[in-house]
Amino acid sequence: METQAYLVVATLIFLIGATGFLVRRNILVLFMSIELMLNGAAMLFVTFARQWQQMDGHVMVFFIIALAAAEAAVGLSILIAVFRLRHRVNVDELTELKG
Amino acid sequence: MEKTLFLILSTVAVVGALVTITRKNPLGSAIALIVTFVALSGLYFTLDAAFVGALQVLVYAGAIMVLVVFVIMLLNLPEGELEEERIPPRRWALAFFSVVPLGFLCIAQILSATPPAKTPVAPSFGSVAGVGRLLFGDYLLQFEVVSLLLLVAIVGAIVMAKKKL
Amino acid sequence: METVVFLIPLFLLLGSGALGLLALLKTRGVKVPDRLVSYIAIGGPVLAFLCSVSLFQKVGHDTFHAFGWNWILAGDAWVPVQFTVDQLTCVMLLVVTGVGSLIHVYSTGYMKGDGGYVRFFSYLNLFMFFMLVLVLADNMLLLFVGWEGVGLCSYLLIGFWWDDIEKAKAGMKAFIVNRIGDAGFVLGMLLIYRTAGTLSFHELRAFVGENPDAFLAGSGFFGVSLATASCLLLFLGATGKSAQIPLFTWLPDAMAGPTPVSALIHAATMVTAGVYVVGRTNFLFALSPTSMIIVSTIGALTAFFAGTIAITQNDIKKVLAYSTISQLGYMFVAVGLGAVSVAVFHLVTHAFFKACLFLGSGSVIHAMHHEQDMRRMGGLAKKMPITCATMTISALAMAGIPPLAGFFSKDEILWKAFDNDLGHGTFLWMLGMGAAFCTAVYMGRLILMTFAGSCRADEHTKAHLHESPRSMTGVLAVLAVGAALIGFLNVPHFLGGHAAFSSFVDLAVNPGAHEAHHAGFATEAALAVMSIMVAVSGLFLAWRFYVKDPTLPGQFVEKHREVYEIVNDKYRVDEFYDRSVTKPLVRLADATFFKLIDRRVIDDSLNRLAGVFRWLGARLASTQTGAARTYVAVMIVGLLLVILSLFT
Repeated sequence: METQAYLVVATLIFLIGATGFLVRRNILVLFMSIELMLNGAAMLFVTFARQWQQMDGHVMVFFIIALAAAEAAVGLSILIAVFRLRHRVNVDELTELKG
Repeated sequence: MEKTLFLILSTVAVVGALVTITRKNPLGSAIALIVTFVALSGLYFTLDAAFVGALQVLVYAGAIMVLVVFVIMLLNLPEGELEEERIPPRRWALAFFSVVPLGFLCIAQILSATPPAKTPVAPSFGSVAGVGRLLFGDYLLQFEVVSLLLLVAIVGAIVMAKKKL
Repeated sequence: METVVFLIPLFLLLGSGALGLLALLKTRGVKVPDRLVSYIAIGGPVLAFLCSVSLFQKVGHDTFHAFGWNWILAGDAWVPVQFTVDQLTCVMLLVVTGVGSLIHVYSTGYMKGDGGYVRFFSYLNLFMFFMLVLVLADNMLLLFVGWEGVGLCSYLLIGFWWDDIEKAKAGMKAFIVNRIGDAGFVLGMLLIYRTAGTLSFHELRAFVGENPDAFLAGSGFFGVSLATASCLLLFLGATGKSAQIPLFTWLPDAMAGPTPVSALIHAATMVTAGVYVVGRTNFLFALSPTSMIIVSTIGALTAFFAGTIAITQNDIKKVLAYSTISQLGYMFVAVGLGAVSVAVFHLVTHAFFKACLFLGSGSVIHAMHHEQDMRRMGGLAKKMPITCATMTISALAMAGIPPLAGFFSKDEILWKAFDNDLGHGTFLWMLGMGAAFCTAVYMGRLILMTFAGSCRADEHTKAHLHESPRSMTGVLAVLAVGAALIGFLNVPHFLGGHAAFSSFVDLAVNPGAHEAHHAGFATEAALAVMSIMVAVSGLFLAWRFYVKDPTLPGQFVEKHREVYEIVNDKYRVDEFYDRSVTKPLVRLADATFFKLIDRRVIDDSLNRLAGVFRWLGARLASTQTGAARTYVAVMIVGLLLVILSLFT
């Protein structure tokens, strides 16, 4: 299949993730939107790795997955801490970093 | 055959992604996301990336998403919290004006390019051995740094999620 | 040898540091035994004294240098930390460490029970450290370190009882008046460096010996030669440190400090630093007769006027303070005439009898419960026999009664003043004789008002009168013996002596000086007889006024009220300075520098600038909504812009 088709799919997944992040307010969903965006980027790497026959792209995806794991661990524990404090998971209420 | 496979997998992935961001209940989103990840894994296989595809299923769809589902269950969100208020038009506008131009630009660029035809690959391409050799050769330092990152994340997760240390 | 040289100041520095640490510990509530403190405090000076004695024995006719390390090394400028020991330094070392040790011993008795006991000795040791650096220094810059250091310690010790605002102010006055002199000193140093390219004393001496023309060239200032300019600038520094006209006003106020401080710093050692500096650079002064005339004239004027003020003062320490100024004037007369060894000899004898007098007055003040007014003393001879005897000996020595020390040293100065080549000999001599007369009068007055007659103190004080502890009287005795006998070190030729002291010091300051002309023995003897007569008549006058007929001073004052008042007000110099310098300066500073420049220009501009950023910051802060969504939206727009910029 054409490389461009893969790229379009990857872009779509990224954009869907970004849209999800911008419109939803449940932190869990936001978290999953981030995963979507990461996967869109990962897919770009795999596609280009195949196109240019360079396995470095695969290594990058490996790193992305490791990063996602770290992010999941930290992000979800923050989520738990916030929920314990407020019993809500609404991102719009978390504006403590307001300037 | 290949084309059919691609079409099926990519459709599943995109639809799964859309379902992920539209479900009210986060559990539904999580399951849709797992479906998306598996579909993406299949796409990786069609791109001769066997190792990465396997990782995608094992780590992403397996470990990370299990953790997410765990947390969803653990929080046991009250009914009212699941109710997503009607998304206000202001937020739609924000999403529309930032995502649509970006998507338009990216896809236009992708379609206007004419990459050279793909050439067949060696059997070792994308195999565990091939990626492993790179990982422990050229990318050894980065690999070690990533292990450090995971360690920090573990410690951080414990510190934040535990009630009292 | 070099180690010994460095050991001398090091002992004091270590002592001061250790005592400083103890003082800190004391503020933290640690109990510090006074005995330990006094051992440390006395140990440093005594060890330094022993080292100085061994140096003195070794130095003989030589000079040696002890190189420490490079201090400043920049381009051609090279200033090492280097000490030089020659005969002059040896004498100064012995005086500073010897008298210093005695005063430390005395202080352990005098300061007993004071809350700042440890702090006091820490400062006192530090003072001696800087004083030793000053006399040991091989170059002017290192000397200046000691110079400023002793000034600092002087400030700290004058204001030692800083909870009394008057005393703290006296400390500040001393410090600030000295700054004026120091400015002159620094300028003089710079001028010398620019001309000769070195600040080392022996290199400078060699330079002047080889090409005196460099210094004789005009300085471009009203035809004044470089030598005169630099000498007078150095002398300005010396007038500050040694309390000469015009900068003498701080010394009487400096009596606010504890009495041992007055004895050590403001009589025996620090105030002689100016004499020492002029003596050290006497080869430079020799190039400039103008500066020599100025120095000796100012010295003589100071000696005379300070002497007259001393007669009218009632505070026992003020009398001694003005007397110190007067005696320093004598030293400047000698040093201004190039007779450095004579000046240094007077410096040594003065260190003994003035230290003894100050410490004796401290003993009296101690016994009188901090009463310093002589009008409330009297009749103390019976209660304090040792103090009385030692002070009397010292007073007679200072008045110039032979064969006590002051006679030899002062008479030598008067002779040099009379017999100079600069053409103002008679004038100097007459001022000197006048000052000698004043000396005899105020010394007689001090002793008689304090010890003779009946006691005028209140009953409470009278009941508690007591002789001071042995640590104090012992020191007084040693100093009095010194004041009595030290004159024999330098018996002049016309009395059949060999002037051993002068020839020793001359090795350092006047190498190869020919023997003083032996002609004029008869004149010299006649002058000596005249000065004895003046001294005796002064003492007689004091006896007549204060013992025979105590109403006489009152009658005298009545008859010459205007003269008396002006002298009693110290010629109103302080008031004059206040009106002519201080007040206008304060007004200028307040109106121009504070209200206009500091407040309007500097503060305002900074406040305005800060205001701009505060306004800007408030505006920008509102973009930080704290909502993650907006941040992501902005990031996506940013991403869009990046991609756009990549493809266009």
